[in-house]
Amino acid sequence: MLGYILRRLVILLLSLFIAAVVLFALLRLLPGDPANALVGVGATPAQIAAAQAQLGSDQPLGAQFLGYLGDLARFDLGQSFVSRAPVIDEITTRLSVTLPLTFAAFGLALVIAVPLGILAAVKARRWYGLALSVVSQIGIAIPVFWLGILLVYEFSLHLRWLPSGGFPLRGYADPARAVQSMILPVITIAIVMSASLMRYVRAATLEVLGSDFLRTARALGESRTHALIRHGLRNGAVTVVSVLGIEISTTFLGAVVVEQVFSLPGMGSMLLLGIQQRDYPNVQGVLIISTLLVLLTGFLADIAQRLLDPRLRQERR
Amino acid sequence: MHFRIDHAQARGRTLLMAMTSVSALTLGAVCAMAQDVDPQAVVNIGSLYEPQNLDNTAGAGQGINEAFNGNVYEGLFVLTDAGDVEPKLVDSYTTSDDGLVYTFTLKDGVTFHSGDPMTAADVKTSIERVTAEGSASSRKSTLDVIDKIEAPDDKTVVITLKTASISLPYNLSYVWIVNDAAEDISASEDGTGPYMLQEWRRGSALAMVPFDAYWGEAPSNGGVMFQYFTDATAQNNALLTGAVDIITSVQTPDALARFADNPDFTISEGASTTKELLAYNDRVAPFDNVEVRAALSKAVDKQKLLRAVWGDYGTLIGSFVPPTDPWFVDLTDVNAYDPDAAKQMLAEAGYPDGFTFTLDTPNYDPHPIVAQFLQNELAKVGVEVKINIITANEWYTKIYKAHDFQATLQEHVNHRDIVFYGNPDFYWGYNNPEVTRLITQSEAAPDTDTQTDMLRDANEMIAQDAASMWLYLYPQIVVSTSNVTGYPLNGLNSQFFAADITKAD
Repeated sequence: MLGYILRRLVILLLSLFIAAVVLFALLRLLPGDPANALVGVGATPAQIAAAQAQLGSDQPLGAQFLGYLGDLARFDLGQSFVSRAPVIDEITTRLSVTLPLTFAAFGLALVIAVPLGILAAVKARRWYGLALSVVSQIGIAIPVFWLGILLVYEFSLHLRWLPSGGFPLRGYADPARAVQSMILPVITIAIVMSASLMRYVRAATLEVLGSDFLRTARALGESRTHALIRHGLRNGAVTVVSVLGIEISTTFLGAVVVEQVFSLPGMGSMLLLGIQQRDYPNVQGVLIISTLLVLLTGFLADIAQRLLDPRLRQERR
Repeated sequence: MHFRIDHAQARGRTLLMAMTSVSALTLGAVCAMAQDVDPQAVVNIGSLYEPQNLDNTAGAGQGINEAFNGNVYEGLFVLTDAGDVEPKLVDSYTTSDDGLVYTFTLKDGVTFHSGDPMTAADVKTSIERVTAEGSASSRKSTLDVIDKIEAPDDKTVVITLKTASISLPYNLSYVWIVNDAAEDISASEDGTGPYMLQEWRRGSALAMVPFDAYWGEAPSNGGVMFQYFTDATAQNNALLTGAVDIITSVQTPDALARFADNPDFTISEGASTTKELLAYNDRVAPFDNVEVRAALSKAVDKQKLLRAVWGDYGTLIGSFVPPTDPWFVDLTDVNAYDPDAAKQMLAEAGYPDGFTFTLDTPNYDPHPIVAQFLQNELAKVGVEVKINIITANEWYTKIYKAHDFQATLQEHVNHRDIVFYGNPDFYWGYNNPEVTRLITQSEAAPDTDTQTDMLRDANEMIAQDAASMWLYLYPQIVVSTSNVTGYPLNGLNSQFFAADITKAD
């Protein structure tokens, strides 16, 4: 197991390195110099040159790249071109919005999807089993921002139950308002995510229902429900956990979109603003940290899968 | 000229009340008195322009002017919402006969938020912050004319110029007076204004509270919170649900219908300084020909364009000068819409069958729509427009820097920017020696009346020359809940003075 974790860790670091190289290259392919965006229309050539020197964008690409890798190795994401604040500070503040949003939405999606998915599988031939499948199919087709707009329209503008967007100035120091401003975004993401999760759970349960071990358990006298709970859940979970890594990354990306709809000060708005302003350090920082988080979830999901499935643990590679 | 639309009148959408912004504000104040004004109420302002940092010399963007000018920081002079330049931290000043030496006497009893008194040394370092080598202030070049700044005593500042500059007080209205003990002001502040920064949460909101030791009149509210949105719809929703009391500038007319028919909201229209224009490259044929430019101007029904883009809002302009500039004069009759005359003029200029040109069009609103409209209008007089969509960055490199274009669309936002027509090296390459002379010499005018006369002449000349095609002036629309009054209508230089805003229960 330890050997596996180490191997997996090496793959993670290697992927991160490749991502860093690709990000650096892609950002430099964008037309336009950040110095122009910084000093604005009307600046003199001298002002632009000064801004370039200050930002280091006048240096050769090779030198910029080596400096960037060196900083990354020291966990230094640099300073924003625009705000001059350390990138890591802003990311930390914004992750305090995006991460809770992601995990709350994902948790809620699991709470909705697991029981409904199992129900849809067990009662696959009943009308409500079918109805659940249809609803989840529709759910997958709904764009997350559109659902967000609909929920705002109903629960904020019409019923006036919840704020339409924004985040309190004092953040979590103002817990009631912070939670209120998270409710609609969390529900928005959870609905869309639970639709696809439900389909995975349903498929996994159907597979378990048709398996030999379940038939054996029933032959030994266990009821179908009892057999499903005792033997089926863990077996089904192996399949579901393998997609969780991908699903949680999708949730994270959904959060980035939903933040825009609800004006939440998270990673999404930081990324969009950074791109508009050619704020390379901010954009790089957001993308690197997002990549790291996605790779890390994949890593943890793989390990969780091994822990759940003794067959995989035995495997030697 | 300012317009204010009352919600009741907006229902009919016909009656516009014309009044000066001063009387509009007075009227607003009277209305608010009728209800119970709460002097402790915090006013929540929704805005799309979050500052990138808190230092206006470090690329903070227009959002910092909106939040801080006149609220947290003050200048020696202030550009009022009506467009006048008035003394603020200056008690009085004198100018030498040759116009080269300005001697300013500072107001007594002004203190910074940190408690330090304001002295002449603070003023000197504040101006030098803007002119410093590393400064990214967009106003830097306007202060190039300064030769030296001296502070002979705590209350006196002497500025010596290289050449006479009647606009110095105006240009100084853009310079914040910052405590010279404050070093980095990109995340904190130390100004003299009626409000102190309370807290700023990046991406979310910025709160200010009244400064107890303010030298002037105390604010008529209990503080201000700017809430920032990245999406106009989210901003409008916040106003509809009462999360904010005012939104500072509405960028499209689409959303206004939701507020126009609702007595809970007030829509106010002021005069902006943002001009939508088709800029020809006046250096290249056929646009080096005044007749051609004038003909194209006559070929376009600008009223129809304005209605298409802004509905009932916005104003037509006959030149580059907005109504809040002192040298404004109504020139909409010059080269006014007359397609038949346009055809004839084109024929006389040697283009009886018209011609074809490429219009470099920035890829963001409203330019693509405007380009299509112009394409239709000009086709009617035989001129074919090829629309070439470009990004803001391409615009900057290809047009602004390289002058490599035939014609382009752009919005120009600044106040008092007719001076661009006095610079033959500017991107549009307009070169009329008489206009250049008037604009250059107006800076050396002995008094503002002479300056105004000279620039008015220049203004009329560029209109006659059809130097560019000035399409319309954007409206400046502020929407608020109807219990909030006293906010600025014109928002010149993106400023949003908050101290007079009152909120009733």
